[in-house]
Order: sequence, then C-alpha cells, then structure tokens
Amino acid sequence: MASCWGLPEMLCDFPALPNKDMRHMRMWIDDGFRGIVRHFSAQIDAATQPLQWFLNTLENLFTNTPWIVILLAILAVVWLGSRSVKIVIGSIIGMCLIGVFGLWEDTMTTLAMVTVATLIAIILGLPIGIVMARSNRMQSVMTPVLDVMQTMPSFVYLIPVVVIFGIGKVPGVIAVVIYAVPPMIRLTNLGIRLVDKEVIEAADAFGANPRQKLWGVQLPLSLPTIMAGVNQTIMMALAMVVVASMVGVGGLGKNVLQAINNQFFTIGFLNGFALVAIAIIFDRTSQAFGKRLQKHSEVGHD
Amino acid sequence: MTDSTTQSAETRSGVEIRDLYKIFGSNPKRYIDAVKNGMTKTELNDKHNHVLGLQNINLELPPGQISVIMGLSGSGKSTLIRHINGLIMPTAGQILYNGRDVVQMNEQELREFRRHETAMVFQKFALLPHRTVLQNVSYGLDVQGIARSKSEPIARKWIERVGLAGYEDNYPAQLSGGMQQRVGLARALANDADILLMDEAFSALDPLIRMDMQKVLLDLQSELKKTIIFITHDLDEALRLGDKIAILRDGALSQVGTGQQIVLNPANDYIAEFVREVNRGRVIKAETVATPLPEGDAPLPEFKIKGGSTLEKAARRLAEHDQRKATVVARDGRPIGTIDMHTMLTAMVTPATVDDEDAA
Repeated sequence: MASCWGLPEMLCDFPALPNKDMRHMRMWIDDGFRGIVRHFSAQIDAATQPLQWFLNTLENLFTNTPWIVILLAILAVVWLGSRSVKIVIGSIIGMCLIGVFGLWEDTMTTLAMVTVATLIAIILGLPIGIVMARSNRMQSVMTPVLDVMQTMPSFVYLIPVVVIFGIGKVPGVIAVVIYAVPPMIRLTNLGIRLVDKEVIEAADAFGANPRQKLWGVQLPLSLPTIMAGVNQTIMMALAMVVVASMVGVGGLGKNVLQAINNQFFTIGFLNGFALVAIAIIFDRTSQAFGKRLQKHSEVGHD
Repeated sequence: MTDSTTQSAETRSGVEIRDLYKIFGSNPKRYIDAVKNGMTKTELNDKHNHVLGLQNINLELPPGQISVIMGLSGSGKSTLIRHINGLIMPTAGQILYNGRDVVQMNEQELREFRRHETAMVFQKFALLPHRTVLQNVSYGLDVQGIARSKSEPIARKWIERVGLAGYEDNYPAQLSGGMQQRVGLARALANDADILLMDEAFSALDPLIRMDMQKVLLDLQSELKKTIIFITHDLDEALRLGDKIAILRDGALSQVGTGQQIVLNPANDYIAEFVREVNRGRVIKAETVATPLPEGDAPLPEFKIKGGSTLEKAARRLAEHDQRKATVVARDGRPIGTIDMHTMLTAMVTPATVDDEDAA
C-alpha cells in the first residue's frame, strides 16, 4: 500500500471501477463478441475458404516440389529482381545452409506463409494508401488506426483473431497481415504526397484526368517509396511468423516456439538464422529492385 | 501591324480577362463585395486574415501576339497566368476565349480546354523525370489519347525544332537546365494549342542561355503566331519579347502598353523606377523620335532608315556609313520624317528628369 502522505483515500489510490462492474463489463463484451462470431460462423468459414485454399496450395507446391527446382526458381526471382551476381551467390549459400541443417521443409512452409501474407498486404495496402494520399480527412482517420495496429502488442490481437477464425493457418495469416500492412499503407501515402507539386501541376495543365495522373505520374514517381513499403512489409511478416506459430502456423516459427518451451538452444538459433537468411535474401532483392526502378534519376547531369 | 495579322485577328480569338478578383483564405466570397467597394489589401489582411491576390484585372491578350505580364515576386503574376487555364479559379470575374468563359467550365470541359487550347511551360521545367525526352514531349498527346504511332513523329519534329535532335532517349536528369527547358517548350508546342502559357519560363536559366531561348521563342513565334502569355520579373526580357506588356503590382495592373509606351511614358513613379535601368536604344524605334517632314519640298537626306528599326540599330547604320542625318521611311518606302545623331543620342540616354540626383 502506498503511504498516503496524509491525503484522503480518493486522491491516493486511483478510484477504479469496482471489481463487480468490471467483471460484468468484460463478460458482456466477451459474450457479445462470441455470440456474434458464433452466429456468423458459417459465413466466416465461407469467407476464409479461398484464403485457406490458396495457402494450402502454395504450401503444398513449395514443400512437394524437389528442392533443386525451388532453389532455381528462387535464384531466378532474385536475379530478375536485383540483376546482381553477389546477391544471387549469397542466396545460394544461405539456402544451401538451410538445407544442410535439415530445415528445408519448414522454411518452405514459412516461405509460403510470408508470400501469401505479403501479397495480401500489398493488395490491401496500396489502394488504402492511395485513398489516404488523396484525402486529408481519410489520412486523419487512418493515421490513429495505423498507430494502434503498429503499437498494440501482437499477442493481443491474436485473441480476437483466434475467437473469430479459430486455430490454424488462416488466423495466422490474418494476424501477420494486420501486423505487416501498416508500413505499406503509410509509405504509399507518403510516396504519393511527396511527388513534386510542379510535376502534378504540369499534368493538370496538360489536361490529365485523375486516372492518368495516378498511373502516369503519381505511382511511377512514388515507386521507390512504395517499394520501401513492400520491403518493410516483408520484414515485418517474417518477424510476425514466429508469433503466429502460437495459433498453429507451422514452419520455422513453430520450431522456435518449441525451442523456447524446452530450452533447445541450438535448434532455436538454427531456426532463427534460417529466418534471417530468408529475410536478407528478400530485403536485398527488393531493395535492388527498387533502385533499378529509378534508373532515370541515377544518371545525374552534373 | 501588317495586314495579314490584322486579318487573322478578326477570325481568331484572343484571351480576355474581365473584372478578375482573387482572394485567398477560408471564405473568400464573403469579402468580395467589400473589396470591390474599395477595401484595401492591408485592411483585408489585418482585419480578416484573407490575402488579396488579384484585384480588378481587365486585360486583353491579343491573338497571335506575345503578351508579357511583368511584376516582381508577390505581385500576383503567377496567380494570374494560372487563371487562364483554370489551374486557379477566381473569386469573381471572367476569362473569355472564343466566346466561352473558362470560369464557368465544368471539370470535363476544363480538361478538354487544357488538352486542346492551351499548353504551359514552367519555371522549374516540371518535366516527368521517369520519361525520356521523347516521352516527355509526347506527354500532352498521350493525355489526349493519341496513338504512339501518330504522336511520335510529332514529338520528334518538335524536338528537332528546339534543337535537341539526338537526345530523344535521354532522361531529363541527364540534360542541362537550358536543354531541359527546350524539352518543356517542345512539350508545349507538340500540343498544337493556340494559347501558350509561359510562367517565368526562362527565369531559372543562365543569362546567356536565357538570351538564346528568347531568340528560339521569337524565331518560332514569327512562324507559328500563337497567342503567347509570358510571365517574367525581368523588364529587359519583357521588352525583348513583348508585343504588349502589362505591369502588375500588388495584384493590380499598373500599366498596360507596348514596350515603347512604357519606357517613354511610365504611368507612375514605380514604373519609372523600373524603366530607368533599361537600355532605351534597344526599345525606342526610329519613327517614334523622328522629326516630322519639313513643309514644302525641302531636300531630304539621301540615307534612309526603316521606321521600325531600334535607335541602336539606326545609330549603328549611320555610324557604319559615316552619315549624320537620315530619312526615316515607312514600311512601304514612303518618307515619314528625318533623324540625326543628336536626336538619337538624346533619346537613348535616360532623361534628366528621372536622373535628378546625378544632375544636381
């Protein structure tokens, strides 16, 4: 008990709601929420069905294809994105180490998961970011929402996700998307807003309509910033995969979770490094790709 | 003016600005009547926190000519030019072109107007950095939805006309400032619009390159006869380019006239101050200061000078041919007066009235 320095009780211990009232409030919200979820469970299942199918297909594809084919496919993507021999060689070394330590299949599961989550985050984040850049009101509404999404501990929103979608891959992906989409939205918004006002005015002066301005000027000129958003989204998705394993997502994250529970030092670090390897491959490739998109500004005049 | 331009002036429309007011602030409509009834810029700013951008602008911009709007920074010249293609909408007033009021156009009409009737050149070039020179020049045509196969030859033609042949596949960042503005000019010309809006188009360029671009513009204009509205803060540039010059100060027109009229008869002290530093020999024409023909059949000097040539040119010709007097002739060869070195020198130096302190 705090010593009250002679102050009346009211100013000493904060007058919280009585326990009884708090319990009522909690039960009312929790039961109401569960009731709604139960009532709509059929619709929720139907809505997540395509996502489930997409996830399963991709995971099966990644895990059932011979490793050499997957490795070549990854290297091809890395090469097309970065056009850098160094990054390709680094990718070969990283992927081979993962294979040597017996983590290939778990890595493929995680890769499938991150791919799906990133795609969804881009598909959702890009249009939201565009709308946000076009309207100041939308920006003032979205900014606090994004702040909450980014600062709320990720374990907390696992709770409603589990209540609504249960345990499994789909709730895992949804949790990852919620965590990974804010940078995509923010950086799309920022990128479009940072496009030179004079260039926009020029487009206006030549009679460009909003669609022509968006696709012909705003998006191409904000692409470097948008690519930074994609890069951040991938990184955050990889980080969140471990947390998502708590709701039943397999792959590297599950191994890490088991290692924590059983104090398996070596397994924990091996799986952790496997995640780092994928993260670096993704990061270097997407950054190099983003840079290549701005080749027009690299060739400065003086 | 030659007959051909007077004729085309009848068939073509210029731009007419009528009773234009622009107030910036949260509720401009509320103060428009007060401003029309004589509320000053300072009062509006101090009491109501609104800025009076433009007031009571009445200006005719004739077809096929270069009209220069000149003013210092903050005079409202950039605001005024943006009214002509509707980038800024006035608080009150009309912008008439071909019998249509730009202010009344809806969004779609305004877009069509901008696509087909106007083109703009910007102070900081405002090129699209991700497009090559060729793609930049064809931008206006792309916006109009014209197929590449048709727009590309047009773009190539204008790139060549502004002297950038060979740079088609370069990006703007690879070009110097002068070259970038040539791209900006080609982009505007490729649109084949009648009205060409040039917002301090040459102000960001080095003096020599600026002179160069002025020459390019004058050469093109002698052939294209577009209705050009050119904004500048530089009186020399205004005098060099402008068939008609409007001087803007604090959002109001201070004087409108030809370069000669402004230099010879500045409407107020403000303009007189500007005009002081001008090279008068390049502005004033021989016919303006010529002594009228003497009565009767007194013999005229043998040497002839065209009435339209500037005093500087006339003086050079006299000096080259070692003459002291000449007959000034009209375009058709008819004598209209005489001129001698003394008259020319007096007209070329800044008059003593404006130069009091030196005389004292």
